[in-house]
Amino acid sequence: MREQFIYPDFEVERNKERCIACRVCERQCANEVHRFDAELGVMLSDESKCVNCQRCVSLCPTRALKIVKSDCRLRENANWSDSTIKEIYKQANSGGVLLSSMGNPKPLPVYWDKILINASQVTNPPIDPLREPMETKVFLGKKPERIKRDEDGNIITEIAPQLELSMPVMFSAMSYGSISYNAHASLARAATELGICYNTGEGGLHEDFYVYGPNTVVQVASGRFGVHKDYLEAAAAVEIKMGQGAKPGIGGHLPGTKIVGDISRTRMIPEGSDAISPAPHHDIYSIEDLRQLVYSLKEATEYKKPVIVKVAAVHNIAAIASGIARSGADIIAIDGFRGGTGAAPTRIRDNVGIPIELALASVDQRLRDEGIRNNVSLVIGGSVRSAADVVKAVALGADAVYVATAALLALGCHLCRTCQSGKCNWGIATQNPDLVKRLNPDIGSQRLVNLMTAWRHEIKELMGGMGINSIESLRGNRLMLRGVGLNTKELEILGISHAGE
Amino acid sequence: MKRVYVNEQWCLGCHLCEYNCAYANSGVDDMVKALKGKQIFPNVHIEEADGVTYAVSCRHCKDPLCVKSCIAGAISVKDGTVVIDKSKCVGCLTCVLVCPYGAVAPGPDGAASKCELCMQNTCGEPACVKGCPNAAIVYEERQERA
Repeated sequence: MREQFIYPDFEVERNKERCIACRVCERQCANEVHRFDAELGVMLSDESKCVNCQRCVSLCPTRALKIVKSDCRLRENANWSDSTIKEIYKQANSGGVLLSSMGNPKPLPVYWDKILINASQVTNPPIDPLREPMETKVFLGKKPERIKRDEDGNIITEIAPQLELSMPVMFSAMSYGSISYNAHASLARAATELGICYNTGEGGLHEDFYVYGPNTVVQVASGRFGVHKDYLEAAAAVEIKMGQGAKPGIGGHLPGTKIVGDISRTRMIPEGSDAISPAPHHDIYSIEDLRQLVYSLKEATEYKKPVIVKVAAVHNIAAIASGIARSGADIIAIDGFRGGTGAAPTRIRDNVGIPIELALASVDQRLRDEGIRNNVSLVIGGSVRSAADVVKAVALGADAVYVATAALLALGCHLCRTCQSGKCNWGIATQNPDLVKRLNPDIGSQRLVNLMTAWRHEIKELMGGMGINSIESLRGNRLMLRGVGLNTKELEILGISHAGE
Repeated sequence: MKRVYVNEQWCLGCHLCEYNCAYANSGVDDMVKALKGKQIFPNVHIEEADGVTYAVSCRHCKDPLCVKSCIAGAISVKDGTVVIDKSKCVGCLTCVLVCPYGAVAPGPDGAASKCELCMQNTCGEPACVKGCPNAAIVYEERQERA
């Protein structure tokens, strides 16, 4: 036995009575699952290539297709699950590190789902957002500690640079290279229309997107790809990426085969060369070193733009955040262990990092205890799935949240988690021009605007229910939250009471 | 007047427009019943070559050659839409020959068939536009060319 056969995970169920053999499934599947047999006059499928992205299912005009989980199972074993055994086979076959994409799919606790939100009854009135003004605008950046006055007693209104957002949400970092030109165009256009920001990730900023600069956060990561004067000057804020929730402690690797044309030019590296982002920044080994980079970037942008430092949520996150808050950074972004990625080693994605809810609560508390919470704004990400998650995050102490997976879902992503193959049938995580064109940014940006508009309505409804008319009054307002089914330690870290208390 | 336009940049070559067209013009209320096991005669055709795909349908010319060429007087312009009266068509297919866009084709009954913007069927709006997954086919008002 040279290579262990692994039975396919999915089956393609074709309703023969409904199939009209229009071959749309065949034309739309980059994995070449479907084919038309002219001799038999029927569609055939090779389910071993199927990744369950549902492109064929979505486009089949007669709903003749269904992708189902295969029921071919290895002998049941409570210790050795099917997937564990298959991973062993794969590694024995290939000798390689297992790769995965998007966020951690393991059944680890989702604390958002164990937190409930308060509402007003009798003693304080709820507010109807359809009748009364409701503020969702936020400003991210360093806030003054106290009111200062000049010699004549007038209040000094000059404050550190702020990032203004119409609602406490931003699209998080996804590089041009990991996602397509059209995906970037959709995000950039939607962010501009919504009055929020999107983030370039570590792939540079395509020349076509400089016009969206006022709604762009540019990233400076360990590989420094695409960083130059105009890039920094174009942006609304600059983000130093120290780590990513999906793969804390490791760098990135965009294979040379994807470094073609515009991507090579945007990243400022030769075509065909691997884009390797080292695990550490080779010039940062301490908070003092980080401070140097923060101030280098501030100097380069004439102290006009806030600097964000993004880290993954790891064990000592409160102490790390405290250090960052003293480094001169204006905003700290923390990415939880469920954050997505275009490719990460499976073991890292599934086993490294901590839940963002706990990280956020402990960081906010630590910064408050140390009296430096005003030094920085807190942005959190790593699977914020709905307006309710946003409200819970803000009440736990976040100034804003980063969303990426939800944004990609709006663009058509079906979470098949095979971005690393580069054959995204939805035109998102691919550079193949035939696939990229499947994402029309006119549609994509509109869908993102729709999603965020819906979330903004929901945020207002939830705030109104609590009798709060401004997102600022909700921030860190943990009295608005209660835990269900959480133990004492979890409640202590989250800084909330149990439901009924 | 509103016409069907194609943004080639967004055409995926999925051929859904052809099936939606054939279904809309079938007069049958179920797509499977209308199209299963049958050869389809859509009024929109995907042209593909060298990686470019494009849906071609009637341009509804201001001064249509097909109307001029029709020996039976079956083709006429009604409120800007070029329509075929199939009861008059003798099936000479001169219109197919003269159309510079290749937008007229023989239909299942031998008579010439072409896009009539779904005005004659129950779809209400062009079915190709409605069903295009990438908004590559649009139905809109554009500045008329001289």
